[in-house]
Amino acid sequence: MFKRTALAAGLLAACAFHAQAATELTVYTALEVEQLTAYKAAFEKQNPDIEIKWVRDSTGIVTAKLLAEKERPQADVVWGLAGSSLAILKQQGMLEAYAPANLDKIGSNYRDAANPPSWVGMDVWAATICFNTVEAEKQGLPKPTKWEDLTNPVYKDKIVMPNPASSGTGYLDVSAWLQTFGQAQGWAYMDKLHANIGQYTHSGSKPCKLAAAGEFPIGISFEYPAVQLKRKGAPLDIVLPKEGLGWEIEATGIIKGTAHLAAAKKLADFSASREAMDLYKANFAVLAQPGIAERFQELPADYEQRLIKNDFNWASENRDQILAEWRKRYDGKSEPLPQ
Amino acid sequence: MALSHSVNMQVRNIHKGFGAFKALDGVSLDIAAGELVCLLGPSGCGKTTLLRCIAGLERQDSGSIVIGARDVSELPPQARDYGILFQSYALFPNLTVEQNIGYGLHGDGRATIKARVAEMLELVGLLGSEKKYPGQLSGGQQQRVALARALAPAPSLLLLDEPMSALDARVREHLCGELRELQKRLGITTLMVTHNQDEAMLMADRIAVINHGRVEQYASPQEIYRSPASPFVAEFVGQGNWLPFERSTDGHAQVGDISLRLPTLLSGDARGRLFCRPESVVVNPSVHEDNLFSAQMREMTFLGNRCRLRFELDALPGHSLLAELAPEAMPRLNGADIWVALPPRSLQVFA
Amino acid sequence: MNIAAAPYRRQAPADLADRLFVRGGQWLLLLLLMLTVLLPLLAMLWRGFAGDASQGGGLTAAATLYSSANFRWLLGNSLKVSLTVALIVVPLAYAFAYALQRTCIVAKPLWRGISLLPLLAPSMLPGIALIYLFGNQGVLRGLIADNIYGFWGIVIGQAIYTFPHALMVLLSALALADARLFDAASSMGASPWRAFRSITWSGSRQGVFAALCLVFTLCITDFGVPVVVGGDYQVLALEAYKAVVGQQQFGRGALIGLVLLLPALLSFSVDLWLRRRQRDAMSGRAQVYHPQPSLNRDLAFLAITVLICLALLGVFGMAIYSSLVKFWPYNLSLALDHYAFSELPGGWLAYRNSLLLAVCSALFGSVVIFTGAYLIEKTRQTVLTQALRLLSFVPMAVPGLVFGLGYVFFFNQPHNPLNGLYGTLTLLVLCTIAHFFTTAQMTAAAALRQLDGEFEAAALSLKVPLVRHFLRVTVPICLPALLDIIRYLFVSAMTTVSAAIFLYSPDSVLAAVAVLNMDDAGNVGGAAAMSTLILLTSAGVSLLLAGLSHGLLRRSQAWRQPAPGH
Repeated sequence: MFKRTALAAGLLAACAFHAQAATELTVYTALEVEQLTAYKAAFEKQNPDIEIKWVRDSTGIVTAKLLAEKERPQADVVWGLAGSSLAILKQQGMLEAYAPANLDKIGSNYRDAANPPSWVGMDVWAATICFNTVEAEKQGLPKPTKWEDLTNPVYKDKIVMPNPASSGTGYLDVSAWLQTFGQAQGWAYMDKLHANIGQYTHSGSKPCKLAAAGEFPIGISFEYPAVQLKRKGAPLDIVLPKEGLGWEIEATGIIKGTAHLAAAKKLADFSASREAMDLYKANFAVLAQPGIAERFQELPADYEQRLIKNDFNWASENRDQILAEWRKRYDGKSEPLPQ
Repeated sequence: MALSHSVNMQVRNIHKGFGAFKALDGVSLDIAAGELVCLLGPSGCGKTTLLRCIAGLERQDSGSIVIGARDVSELPPQARDYGILFQSYALFPNLTVEQNIGYGLHGDGRATIKARVAEMLELVGLLGSEKKYPGQLSGGQQQRVALARALAPAPSLLLLDEPMSALDARVREHLCGELRELQKRLGITTLMVTHNQDEAMLMADRIAVINHGRVEQYASPQEIYRSPASPFVAEFVGQGNWLPFERSTDGHAQVGDISLRLPTLLSGDARGRLFCRPESVVVNPSVHEDNLFSAQMREMTFLGNRCRLRFELDALPGHSLLAELAPEAMPRLNGADIWVALPPRSLQVFA
Repeated sequence: MNIAAAPYRRQAPADLADRLFVRGGQWLLLLLLMLTVLLPLLAMLWRGFAGDASQGGGLTAAATLYSSANFRWLLGNSLKVSLTVALIVVPLAYAFAYALQRTCIVAKPLWRGISLLPLLAPSMLPGIALIYLFGNQGVLRGLIADNIYGFWGIVIGQAIYTFPHALMVLLSALALADARLFDAASSMGASPWRAFRSITWSGSRQGVFAALCLVFTLCITDFGVPVVVGGDYQVLALEAYKAVVGQQQFGRGALIGLVLLLPALLSFSVDLWLRRRQRDAMSGRAQVYHPQPSLNRDLAFLAITVLICLALLGVFGMAIYSSLVKFWPYNLSLALDHYAFSELPGGWLAYRNSLLLAVCSALFGSVVIFTGAYLIEKTRQTVLTQALRLLSFVPMAVPGLVFGLGYVFFFNQPHNPLNGLYGTLTLLVLCTIAHFFTTAQMTAAAALRQLDGEFEAAALSLKVPLVRHFLRVTVPICLPALLDIIRYLFVSAMTTVSAAIFLYSPDSVLAAVAVLNMDDAGNVGGAAAMSTLILLTSAGVSLLLAGLSHGLLRRSQAWRQPAPGH
């Protein structure tokens, strides 16, 4: 698709060369790479005149990119980004409210509460402990079953979790603990947990990855990488702590001012449709349309019941203050602050 | 030998400063067509700055430069029509001798250029070195290539910036002569910067002695040597004896206890310095001379073609003076007691 | 003989063309640097000082940030790491460069090639390798007391990452020497050590300083290595990354980015001061220096060289091995599974885009940068040249992340007439050239400064237009440096992530970004595989360029051969 000529001018022209198709929909996403091909194919089969152009990156980068481009948005649709990120976009007035077909089938806590909603959920991912059985046996570590267990001194320096200041998953954990245990006890819990943390990572899936590779025997992460890694043969036990799991919804929204509003609406419709849910269920055990998901053999049957009652508004309003407190307490643990 | 394109040059009242430092402070020079002029002076005197202003590599603050009939003061270097030989020669190391010389000969046919390059190589005596690179040549050969390169486009003016300073003494003297001979043959107006008075004496039609950004004297080498216009010139060029004096009532010069007769009676300042070249001093004269005094010989140095004598006048003990004499005058010396004459016509008065 | 009147009168003055070349070129370069460096940066800083407080911007936020104990602590950490790396890397790189340029060790091209490895792959790759080597499951874990994560992890990772950068500057500082100076020294009975101090050292110490500054600034602005092996050791660049990516605090990121600019500005002033004291090392009369064999010296330098190369080979060998392992560390059987990129969306598009980006950046970048350096170094010094000099130091100081965001803020403005470039590969080319401007410019300037200062004056006196002189003399003499710049830009474009991550669009997705995504998704094998592919591509192109350069030098650069009889 790129022409190359020996001439410098030809090369420059080639650099700027752009392929054109019928309707190109630029879709920003933080979905895992493996999921994209199937989702795209299914949508384009239904809408042959629309072609999806993915821009995929981690949740933090995609959110930062969307906000940075606020003055002149490049995306038409966001398909597969954390609900909390979409909430920020909504606050910034960047989303086009739209009620997709099938909205009535979406669970009420899995969509933007306003009507019409600015974003509509797809599926749910929740906090998970990845526990490496091989390393645990080598190092004589008991298997934890509760969040509380992780404060056991036997786990000193054996646990990795995402840094809430750089990862949405990390913040999800912190805000869930504060909501489940209450403010005072939540911080007291994290104080004790902090003593056992070997490292805070900058990505939410990395702790599970590190656990799967045995770098650290225990990783606080979420269930998607845990399931994927286990299927690839990692010696992992997936632990869903009894006290309840913080969770986050993956959702879809239309960017305000898109030049392809009609096509964007079709994608929003598709994202909330039964066909899409059938795709999602291969990857997630809890879906925005209740009653479709199938049980994962890696996950317990009562998985959905273990999700806490998550107050997203509270979590986003108090984010700055909670992060400031967290940073004050734990950032830079390896060195004491100077006097 | 055609001299038709030889041009004269006028430099008028050039000023150039670098920050607070005045490199050139009102320099004017007239150079006749075909003349070789040396800019002579100590380092930092402004001579190189003047050359670079004429070359257009520096822009003067004020003043004008006229080459031939053209006022080039504001023109860029490319439009001034000169060739230049740098101290470093600035030969392009990646080009052969042939390519270096032909570098300024663009626009002519290939064959013409080739012929011209051959002509230039023959001129500087380097035929056969066409395909060599500068790194494969000796210092003297490199200088010739640089000269051939500068002359190849037949410029109307040749500028030489300390061309000899990178060469050893023997090669230097030889090349000075050669360069001068070549310049005369071509009749090209030439300006050369040097800090070496021997080079200047050897080559120049006229010398401009420069100090502190000013021309102290601009004259032929003979005149510069015989009648220096200022104490600086007298001191910078050649050797000399200095005698501080006071004017006596009869218009003669009173130096310590002795009185010296001068070519003319003194009328100006009440005190000053007398200057005398060592070779003007007559030792043990066979006929009577004015200003004859007894003296003590302190040291004698044999210099091959002449002898240098250090002595003190009996009337001025502790004040060393120099005399130079031909070796054949040596037999006249026997013992430390000598007579010396300081002929009045050889004495020059400075304030 | 009719010499003087020969009919070789000059052509019409080439003055206009030269003025166009010099002034026009300088203004064009200024415009380019304004558009691709200064304005995006200002757009970013605007967010820092005038941006809204919800994104960590504004003057109050700045005052709070800069006066906090946490900030001072982070700054201290950054300085400690960067200084340590600089003090380790520069002496090693100097010894290495010395071995290559001034001794007679065997197999020089091999060592040179190995030393370039870190440049050829995304910085993620040595990070992955270090974890496989010294992490808790690492094969060499037993050799060290604690795991690799933390201060020493960052130091080792950044040392590997910056080594070829320092080497590049030092190689060109030691490239040209005047043999006559060494002859003079040995004829005066000076010891080799004395000759080294008075000739080699005095000729190259500006390069050493430049290398120190380069390594220091690269380290202080790098977040790639701390992200992978930093553990809990906090540094400023990472703090900026966390602010932007984790919390969308653009303002805070910009304020920290501003602090990271300072070392480069400092280097600029000292470099300027040092330059005044540096004389030309290579005049028109110089003889190219060719070292004579000396057994003890050569063996000692061979040992240093081989040790450094072994360390690099170990790290990169481990990385390539990890791309072939099925499931580290529990299934060590080897397979090419991780190389099946066609299953990824976009397939090989990312790789093809990276190739195109690299070719364009290398070709345009080298022309722009080398010509620019010539116009800065070899023309009359004016306010404009000083401004250009200062501007060309800026990109090195800007963390890639800040750079990329600045591009978004500047080029994606609704009022910017250039906003059509946004999301195109053209903008990625511009961004890549601008981001890697400094090192390439320093290489070009170092090579140019070693040329006789009178070359241009000589050309002008011969009425040769400067542009022709540039092409006929300057470029051929500096050809090795120019090829170095082309290679540097190519491999940098292949491996760059941090600035590009905000700029790619679906059509211009890049291989190195794909590496980051795969690593992020837990597909370490795939990340290692794509990195290995990038590594092999860069290595292939480097070898191609080396072959080209070798051929060119042999054919057209006979003047570099020693003179017979000298």
